[in-house]
Amino acid sequence: MKLRTLEISVGAFMLAGMLALVLLAFKISGLSYKDRTNTYTLYARFENLAGLTNRAKVSMSGVTVGRVVNIVLDTEDYVAVVEMAIQNGVPLSTDTSASILTSGLLGEKYIGLSVGADDEVLLAGDEIEDTQSAIVLEELIGQFLFSRSE
Amino acid sequence: MNQTISESDFDCKNFVSVRDMSFYRGDRAIYDSLSLDIECGKITAILGPSGTGKTTLLRLIAGQLVPDSGSVTVAGLEVSKLNRQSLLALRKRMSLLFQSGALFTDMTVFENVAFPLREHTTLPKHMIRDLVMLKLEAVGLRGVAEQMPQSLSGGMARRVALARSIALDPELIMYDEPFTGQDPISMGVLVKLIRSLNDALGMTSILVSHDVEEALSIADYVYVVSEGRIIGQGTPEQLMKDSNPDVHQFLYGEADGPVPFHHPAPKTLKDEVLTYD
Amino acid sequence: MIDQVASIGKWTLEKCSQVGRAGHFLYLALPLGWDLGPALHRVVKQVYNLGVLSLIIVLVAGLFVGMVLALQGYNILVGYGSEEALGQMVALSLLREFGPVVTALLFAGRAGSALTAEIGLMKTTDQLSAMEIMGVDPMRRIMAPRLWAGFIALPMLAMLFNLVGIYGGALVAVDVLGVYEGSYWANMQSAVDVQDDLLNGLVKAFVFGLVVTWIAVYHGWNSEPTSEGISRATTMTVVQGSLAVLGLDFVLTAVMLGGF
Repeated sequence: MKLRTLEISVGAFMLAGMLALVLLAFKISGLSYKDRTNTYTLYARFENLAGLTNRAKVSMSGVTVGRVVNIVLDTEDYVAVVEMAIQNGVPLSTDTSASILTSGLLGEKYIGLSVGADDEVLLAGDEIEDTQSAIVLEELIGQFLFSRSE
Repeated sequence: MNQTISESDFDCKNFVSVRDMSFYRGDRAIYDSLSLDIECGKITAILGPSGTGKTTLLRLIAGQLVPDSGSVTVAGLEVSKLNRQSLLALRKRMSLLFQSGALFTDMTVFENVAFPLREHTTLPKHMIRDLVMLKLEAVGLRGVAEQMPQSLSGGMARRVALARSIALDPELIMYDEPFTGQDPISMGVLVKLIRSLNDALGMTSILVSHDVEEALSIADYVYVVSEGRIIGQGTPEQLMKDSNPDVHQFLYGEADGPVPFHHPAPKTLKDEVLTYD
Repeated sequence: MIDQVASIGKWTLEKCSQVGRAGHFLYLALPLGWDLGPALHRVVKQVYNLGVLSLIIVLVAGLFVGMVLALQGYNILVGYGSEEALGQMVALSLLREFGPVVTALLFAGRAGSALTAEIGLMKTTDQLSAMEIMGVDPMRRIMAPRLWAGFIALPMLAMLFNLVGIYGGALVAVDVLGVYEGSYWANMQSAVDVQDDLLNGLVKAFVFGLVVTWIAVYHGWNSEPTSEGISRATTMTVVQGSLAVLGLDFVLTAVMLGGF
């Protein structure tokens, strides 16, 4: 095996491997250069998250506009505080509402935003006031049964 | 501090001296208080039945193994006491030719012979090339320089290995069973080479073999080793006249003698054949 | 009765000393030496032997594994009406588990056994001894380049396995099973995290690379210089290497997922 051929093939092999790594990172993991830097933070409080997790989508009209980056429990009010990273080019009015919705029957929970009519927009660090907790099936059935029994 | 003795200091009488050396493998004594001397400039043969550990002796001399007691002295230096650097320096002055040749299978013949030169010298490429060609010419194999070891016959591989062994012009060269399994012509070539190299380069040679005829034909001095001890020594003429029955049986290839023809068996033949249980 | 207990104790001590010897071997065999130019060249040559020559088997295996994952995954998910999650299922399975593990198992079988046989043969034909007597350290010259090459080559192979597997899965999912192409890729992108999934898989591949190559080289070094000895050593490499990969996989996964 000639020396040059060997070196070339090893070089090609290593390049292919690293290219695969890069491809995997960008195309498959959705790593995007924009994501990390061009976002601003918003908060929202929910009574019941019912399965919303970190990295869940935040979308508006079906378009992903951000991600959930942190979830903590407020020990004074006993509500969940969700921290979201929203893309910079998406202005949200101060009366925007956030609801926890389910995608598909078995799907994951995500936050859906609905813009309101206010002229003012939310700034970084602001909180979305109008929130709608997740619909918990058991509670719904309980309500239904309760109302029926009257 | 510096452990090497320069060659001019060393008044060469015995290149290798082994004194009361014992070496055990597990409980078995391979060598038991062995003492022998290898004279400078001569070919010394060490003969004995297979499996008595003759290769082990060569490895002890080369410092690959350490004796359990006694001493092995090469060129005035005790091998087991040397540090890494000194051992390396000593190893450049000796070489060991293995039974199988031990050529590196991933290199060509040329690269094999060039190996010690590339490793231990900083000679420029063209000089190394010349030296390799000279060494190969000495063994008559300059024509196969670009071939791979796998394509050579056993005898040719051994000669290439010999060329590799003399690449650094060693003072001591050790041959491990060089004649085993060779056809008459290759045998003749090897015998001629061993003798002429020894004389032309002023080397000391140690020949380990169980091939009595060939070894006696070129050796200057012979040791016969059996069961870890020397049972006979002397010049070939002296040994052939030795009255020790062990030596006699070995040298003359007698089927029966101190090493019996019949392996011990639990019953006598009469009992084995004539009794019915 | 006491004899049996004693023999168990003896067996355990022997295993411990074997592991210790193997560890000591690794310590001796890792350093490449000071002469980095030729050393690097030797590593490159070994990356060819271990990596490039294993490419075909890894790529073919990756393709099949990806396609099977898509088939099986579809079969399960379609019952919940969640076929659009197929992409992330295939990708996550591959990146976290199947990629590193299957590649490592294939590597142990192909490259590992070849390594052990090669070194065992060098030992049997006294090449290692000859090298040592000529004043060249066979550890630096033979063992170290192979160890480093395996360490580098396996992760590259694993990434290629993953890539081929995901695209193979896409092929089956979109063209054969009729999953909507957009959802295959989009759901995958949102579910796969670079750190948790891709990086963890990569770390696993590096660990497996080191361990499998270490076992292969050690058994070659330690083999008895006969043909049965070599064949036995080769078998041990494949068996022990495979089991080590699976065992380590469990440990690494537990650490990565559970944060012990």
